[in-house]
Amino acid sequence: MAWTRDQMAARAAQELRDGFYVNLGIGIPTLVSNYIPQGMKVSLQSENGMLGMGPFPYEGDEDADLINAGKQTITELPTTSYFSSADSFAMIRGGHIDLSILGAMQVAENGDLANWMIPGKMVKGMGGAMDLVAGVKKVVVVMDHVAKAKDGMIEKKLLHRCNLPLTGARVVDMVVTDLGVFTIDKHGSGGMTLVELAPGVTLDDIKANTEASFQVALAKAA
Amino acid sequence: MQKVYSDAKSALAGQVKDGMTIMCGGFGLCGIPEVLIEALKDTGAKNLTAISNNAGTDGFGLGLLLETRQIKKMISSYVGENKLFAQQYLSGELELEFNPQGTLAERIRAGGAGIPAFFTKTGVGTLIAEGKEVKTFDGEDYVMERGLVADISLVHAWKGDTEGNLIYRKTARNFNPMMATAGKLTIVEVEHLVQPGELDPDAIVTPGVFVQRIIHVPNAKKHIEQRTTRKREAA
Repeated sequence: MAWTRDQMAARAAQELRDGFYVNLGIGIPTLVSNYIPQGMKVSLQSENGMLGMGPFPYEGDEDADLINAGKQTITELPTTSYFSSADSFAMIRGGHIDLSILGAMQVAENGDLANWMIPGKMVKGMGGAMDLVAGVKKVVVVMDHVAKAKDGMIEKKLLHRCNLPLTGARVVDMVVTDLGVFTIDKHGSGGMTLVELAPGVTLDDIKANTEASFQVALAKAA
Repeated sequence: MQKVYSDAKSALAGQVKDGMTIMCGGFGLCGIPEVLIEALKDTGAKNLTAISNNAGTDGFGLGLLLETRQIKKMISSYVGENKLFAQQYLSGELELEFNPQGTLAERIRAGGAGIPAFFTKTGVGTLIAEGKEVKTFDGEDYVMERGLVADISLVHAWKGDTEGNLIYRKTARNFNPMMATAGKLTIVEVEHLVQPGELDPDAIVTPGVFVQRIIHVPNAKKHIEQRTTRKREAA
């Protein structure tokens, strides 16, 4: 069986380390905060100007001045600090954030990432994504392995080359999909490597759904 | 010099002209200078360039000036919450320049600090870098981005004294402090207006030198775009 959204988030959470400062994107990446291992200290950064993000507020405690980058109401923690957008991106661009987990439309075997625009369709903007992938030490993409259109056609998302406009060139270190986990040697020539399969998923399933070239180095049997 | 004005209308009177560039603080609807935006709308000024992380939502924030077609161009990082914006953009009525959020913040910071341009690795190898100078420093490529200044900056702060010293509240800070530095004329609305000496000088985020005009908005309306909550656990 392929992984669910929550199982993908739980797998991405295995990349967390004690003491990490982490930025989580919108969607499945947000779920990663539910899987921070007990006893591990992880500080969540929100690019609109907050470090040490707490959970959603109790009903009635919402504060319009306290939101995350997805514009959702949240809470502060004893460790929280607030700062301007310029300071926020000094953290991000300056390499002070350890891990960024975000969604994607396409990822190429060299680590290129496309997640902000489809030409001809209304473009909402890149927000902070280009800064995050350019500046954060480790970038993990969490996404469905393929895109399913309404007519049932599938479109591959792990490609030789992205055909959508890039968010960043050679920026992705790891991709977690519903079918498995890949690492990418974004600075070298090692390309993409399949390191893990979701339970019940075969290498043939992956091959049938992946355009990108990849090596196989499965650490453990599925 | 008296910086305090009685209301938004008088603070803007005679200052706004067609074709001006206006910076507008806020992230989504959080920390936007809502009262000043309404007064800007009422000036009737047209062909404005608005520099703001977002474009408001339908009926709120800069969305108001889209309804009246007073904005010619937006410089923003994300405009997803505004349907009217999409319509006007797709019909060619509205120009749009997307900046990565951190690049936008730094362009404004640089503009206010007298820095005409800087290099960043954000956007290298993407559409954002097209037509811009790319330079290699220590083996890595960086793209040149220009500093930004505005004719008028509209800012929202939590507390301010009559000298224009400002303190912000929680994530309503966002783009406001940089924009306060980058306006030729910076006009601030504060929720609490106090006398000099009432703010802790160590806690002031924006020193009064950056602020020319202040208005008091004691009953600021605030809007929540995504109300997310959790259930209380049984005691």
